[in-house]
Amino acid sequence: MSTPQQPAPAPAVAVEPGKLPPRLSHARDFRPGFLVKLIAMAVVNALGVYVAIAGFGQQQYTIAWVMVALLVLVDYVYFSRRTLPLKYLVPGLVFLFVYQIFSIGYTGYVALTNYGDGHNGSKAAAVDFLLAQNERRIEGSASYPLSVVRSDDGALGLAIVDGDTVRVGSAEEPLSEADDATVADGKITALPDWELLPRQELYANSDAITKLRVPFSDDPEEGSIRTQDGSVGYVYLPTFEYDEEADTLVDTVNGVTYFPADDGYFRSADGTTLPTGWRVFVGFENFADAFADDRYSEPFFKVLVWTFVFSIASVIITFLVGLFFAVVLNDPRVRGRKVIRSLLILPYAFPAFMAFLLWRGMLNEKNGFINQVLLGGAEINWLGDPWLAKLVVLGVQLWVGFPYMFLITTGALQSIPGDVIEAAKIDGAGAMRIWRSITGPLLLIAVAPLLISSFAFNFNNFNIIEMLTGGGPRFGDASVPIGHTDILITMVYSISGLDGGASKNYGLASALSIMIFVIVATISVISFKKTRSLEEIN
Amino acid sequence: MRRSIPLVAAALGLSLTLTACSSDSDDTTTTPAPTTPAANESSEAPAGGELTIWVDETRAPAVEAAAVAFEEETGSTVTLVQKNFEDIRADFVTQVPTGEGPDITVGQHDWIGELTANAVVAPLELGEKAGAFEPVAVDAFTYDGQVYGLPYAVESVALIRNTELAPEAPATWDEMVEMGTEAGTEYPTLIQVGEKGDPYTMYPLQTSFGANVFTQAEDGSYTTELALGGENGTAFAQWLSEQAEAGVIDDAVTYDVAVASFAEGKSPFIIGGPWMLESFEDMKLAIDPIPSAGSNPAAPFSGVAGFYVSAQSDQQLLATDFLVNFMATEEAQLALYEAGDRTPALSAAAEAAASDPIAAGFRAAAETAVPMPAIPEMAAVWNFWGVTELEIINGGDPVELWEKMVTDIQGELEK
Repeated sequence: MSTPQQPAPAPAVAVEPGKLPPRLSHARDFRPGFLVKLIAMAVVNALGVYVAIAGFGQQQYTIAWVMVALLVLVDYVYFSRRTLPLKYLVPGLVFLFVYQIFSIGYTGYVALTNYGDGHNGSKAAAVDFLLAQNERRIEGSASYPLSVVRSDDGALGLAIVDGDTVRVGSAEEPLSEADDATVADGKITALPDWELLPRQELYANSDAITKLRVPFSDDPEEGSIRTQDGSVGYVYLPTFEYDEEADTLVDTVNGVTYFPADDGYFRSADGTTLPTGWRVFVGFENFADAFADDRYSEPFFKVLVWTFVFSIASVIITFLVGLFFAVVLNDPRVRGRKVIRSLLILPYAFPAFMAFLLWRGMLNEKNGFINQVLLGGAEINWLGDPWLAKLVVLGVQLWVGFPYMFLITTGALQSIPGDVIEAAKIDGAGAMRIWRSITGPLLLIAVAPLLISSFAFNFNNFNIIEMLTGGGPRFGDASVPIGHTDILITMVYSISGLDGGASKNYGLASALSIMIFVIVATISVISFKKTRSLEEIN
Repeated sequence: MRRSIPLVAAALGLSLTLTACSSDSDDTTTTPAPTTPAANESSEAPAGGELTIWVDETRAPAVEAAAVAFEEETGSTVTLVQKNFEDIRADFVTQVPTGEGPDITVGQHDWIGELTANAVVAPLELGEKAGAFEPVAVDAFTYDGQVYGLPYAVESVALIRNTELAPEAPATWDEMVEMGTEAGTEYPTLIQVGEKGDPYTMYPLQTSFGANVFTQAEDGSYTTELALGGENGTAFAQWLSEQAEAGVIDDAVTYDVAVASFAEGKSPFIIGGPWMLESFEDMKLAIDPIPSAGSNPAAPFSGVAGFYVSAQSDQQLLATDFLVNFMATEEAQLALYEAGDRTPALSAAAEAAASDPIAAGFRAAAETAVPMPAIPEMAAVWNFWGVTELEIINGGDPVELWEKMVTDIQGELEK
């Protein structure tokens, strides 16, 4: 899984061997190759058209239009004669766009909003919800058997059985008594001038029916009849009104007006805030919060230091142990090398997160295998002591990580040409000298980029922390749920509420993860530049 | 295992994107309830509407039974989507605004605060049916004067006793510990703690010192005024510290350890809920109220499980019809009881279930129970609460830690 963001360099010139007959247009030539291309492109197009149609169907216009644009681009590239280099580059570019640029862009977009608990959706949804929340059933009012009806001109109405009479009305006409209605078993079976809606149509008009309010009488104070299930009606009185022009919500009971505020809440003049808000742009507020709020900034630096210690130390110890075994087992005098090598790779073959959970169980203070069996019943609180927990994290990381280093260094060692070393021997160099001047540098050229990517990986090694210690033990003095073994990414996960421990704040989470990205990217760029100097040895 | 740098850095963003964009198809299995013959015959008529319901594994068969009856009656199609219970809450909140969410989902009553703050749930008028439920169940689903869900089960922790090891029910905590010690088992009693503390299971013991989490208004609804501080709170904290020192409460006892130990007869008592029962098959059990450790009766939290209707559902009629007229029946509620052992919320079904002494025991133990607060701030409270209890159990200074916790929670509430 290395560096998919770097598309393979395209050959500068087409690799067509000169033996072929003079070139024909790809579009007009039906060689087998063209047919294969046609089939492949048909599949790609079918897939793309499907995604685009699905996107339009779900009103996800961004996805749909992006898909259309990609399809046009891909078709042009593969059916035009002028775009030979692009034919090699386009798949990589498309994947780069979909998997990297889009997700980074989306994270950036979320970081600039207040998306999270209380700001979950659109303003319209919030208004709808607040209106529904504040439409109250009139206390002590009866429930009425109800039928949904339609007048000749197609307007929907509601008919209720009120004692011995049937009353019918629509959104404009308040309920009035209907003569000659037939009622059987408390259900209206026939009604002059109105058509009873059959069940199928009931469900087809679900939205209109649940939104339908029929005034109970001429007096608006008496509320209106509505139904939620199409068979029973209740009398409701709205206590909130939405003024569309002024964009305000008015509490009709006490006359308080709520204005939409910049932070995505309705707020009254005296500062009362309605709990349901909507998503708004907040600019760089999330970035500022991460530093300005001292509840975050204090533990932040402790966590930052540990993140560096953890990621650098894990690279170094796994590399050293892996290197040691690689060197030892590279010596032809060792017997059973193949068996030992296979055994050493075992931890790598084992799913890492299973390993973390297993270790967590083995390190349990009272019931764990390590305390119970290996240490004869000692009660060492491996995961509960700040220093021990850090050691444990590094130890488990070593167990999980060294086989990888062992593999890559073994490979690199074997690729060092034997004649160079032989030449050094002839020149009279000792083992140490050969190692320092030849094997070491040649090895580093091969593995240095991998060490850097390993660092970047461990910088965000969410799994080991979350599965092994959960970030614990907690800081005694911090007022946020962060602990001694938390690294930046798990800290983001906790304080933005993604683990359910606080109210969710996707905006803050995105802002913090962008900051982590900047840190990792900076360090990696610098390190890659440094490693270039290694290559100059050659 | 090793990934490229931007890929890793974008992992969080990507997962957010996926949550926001993905439909429910990636991690779930869709099982359309079997189409009824009636629906097949009338294939020309417009379909009677489609309903998507999110359920978890245990509840799926029970809901499916009701769905089949509903399909026959209305000619509509019900699609059950099976999801992990832990994922439902977050997925419901993120997917409803995109229009990808279900029409109905199962859920716990204490989600209401979060669901209403995020405008993803619709009020549900139970009408006459409201009186047929246990009052605590409807109260739990009432938020700011509106009912937001159809309750189907009430659950709370109780004292589960192995009658072979302890023939009599203890009256107080100390008596229980004494009985447990005399029984000569490995643990005198079992109460799960786990790596993040477990204030939910500890709550009855805390209330037995009179330290409720929030003060309750007269109608039983919670205010946001903290009540877990003060003398009562520190008394509980000190008690907790003493119990931990005496080895009665132990943080190495996680849920799994507790359940496994009780099943192996390593303790006569365990504090737990009906969800543990399937691990204790073939054991002779009795269910008692939790013995008080202080001077007040021990009042556990009651959790009420139910169904929510999505605010964005375009099939509200159908959804309400299904819940009020098909899930609020004795038959459906008993089917859910069979599936999950939790006491039904519908009184008639609860009485029918109470013919089983175990269910009757849980019902009796729940009499003192108070609903878990549903206000959105609870998320923060849980976090501080559990960790503080854990630190006290691990030997921290009880009074100091407890007071700091109260300050921290207060700070979070005022944020």
